[in-house]
Amino acid sequence: MMSKIVRTMASFLILFALIYGLYIIMHGHSTPGGGFQGGAVVASGVALLIVAFGSHSIHRSLLERRLSILMSIGLLIFIGLAFGGMTGTFFYNFLVGSPIFGHVPPSGPNPGEMSSGGVIPIMDIGVGLNVAGGLSAILLVMALATTLTEAEE
Amino acid sequence: MRKIAIAVSLSIFIGFLIATAFLIHPFGYPPSEMDDYIIENTQSETGANNAVTAVVFDYRGFDTLGEATILFTAVTGVVMLFRAKKKREK
Amino acid sequence: MTESIPFNVPFLAVAVMIGIAFYIIISQRNLIKLVMGLSILASGVNLFLITLGYREGGVAPVYTHAPAGIMVLPVPQALTLTSIVIAVACLALMLSMVIHIYRHTGSTDSEKSRIMKG
Repeated sequence: MMSKIVRTMASFLILFALIYGLYIIMHGHSTPGGGFQGGAVVASGVALLIVAFGSHSIHRSLLERRLSILMSIGLLIFIGLAFGGMTGTFFYNFLVGSPIFGHVPPSGPNPGEMSSGGVIPIMDIGVGLNVAGGLSAILLVMALATTLTEAEE
Repeated sequence: MRKIAIAVSLSIFIGFLIATAFLIHPFGYPPSEMDDYIIENTQSETGANNAVTAVVFDYRGFDTLGEATILFTAVTGVVMLFRAKKKREK
Repeated sequence: MTESIPFNVPFLAVAVMIGIAFYIIISQRNLIKLVMGLSILASGVNLFLITLGYREGGVAPVYTHAPAGIMVLPVPQALTLTSIVIAVACLALMLSMVIHIYRHTGSTDSEKSRIMKG
């Protein structure tokens, strides 16, 4: 538990970190970025919270059971979309041309569009949830374990 | 005796690595046919503007499936290793 | 040899990194230093994968507001993404096992925790 200035600024900066990570995840098909990079940015925001507030206060409201449920939901979205293109092969891109995410951009340099890319943006969200939940769970469990050994010795 | 054997084998291995670094293709001119096909046909086949994300999720999606499984298994292992201590205290 | 031998600086840097990592793994006894040596080895392999796919005077393989020029190869960058995530997962598992060994035997020396007791 750090001083009052650090706690106030951390609870103000977590909002910017979450929005920046979500921006990198959602624009994975147009600009550099994607699922893994955005998930790592979100996990670094959670690391800032753990350092500023102490791991016992964070553990009261952010149990690692709920983080593992978040991780499993992301992985289920990824597998479900992989089986969804089973009419062609496994992992077939079945949304190119359809009205959900299927606008095909003209070839050559162009300003990007949000609704393009087929099945790729939804897979980005799934993998982003997977990586963010997994790395946050690892950080939280390791921070709790080190305080437990100091308390019993 | 053991230290001499370790030093000789390590220096042979490092010499092999440095000799290999001179025999790969010159830096900046890679031999590439598969990547030329991917750069030409990304926008018409997948509809995405980012070639790296299209390779990770569409052309080589099976590798991403294996890597998500590895991350899931590692998180399960770490959480399981630090759970036995809490149960033994109660 | 009809052509001149190229003097590639990035591949030499990768060879030096892998050599230093192997020397650390063989000769150190502290467990934390062993884990650091393995992490340097993983970083060296990731650097080798990225520098394999560079084209002279190339730009990033993204078509949104792209400047004119040849594009670098996208496939080694995709393989490096997977490799970085796998290295992070292995590092987390290794450090958890080091914590457990320290709690069980009381020291971080790899020679003292070699003999299995009943």
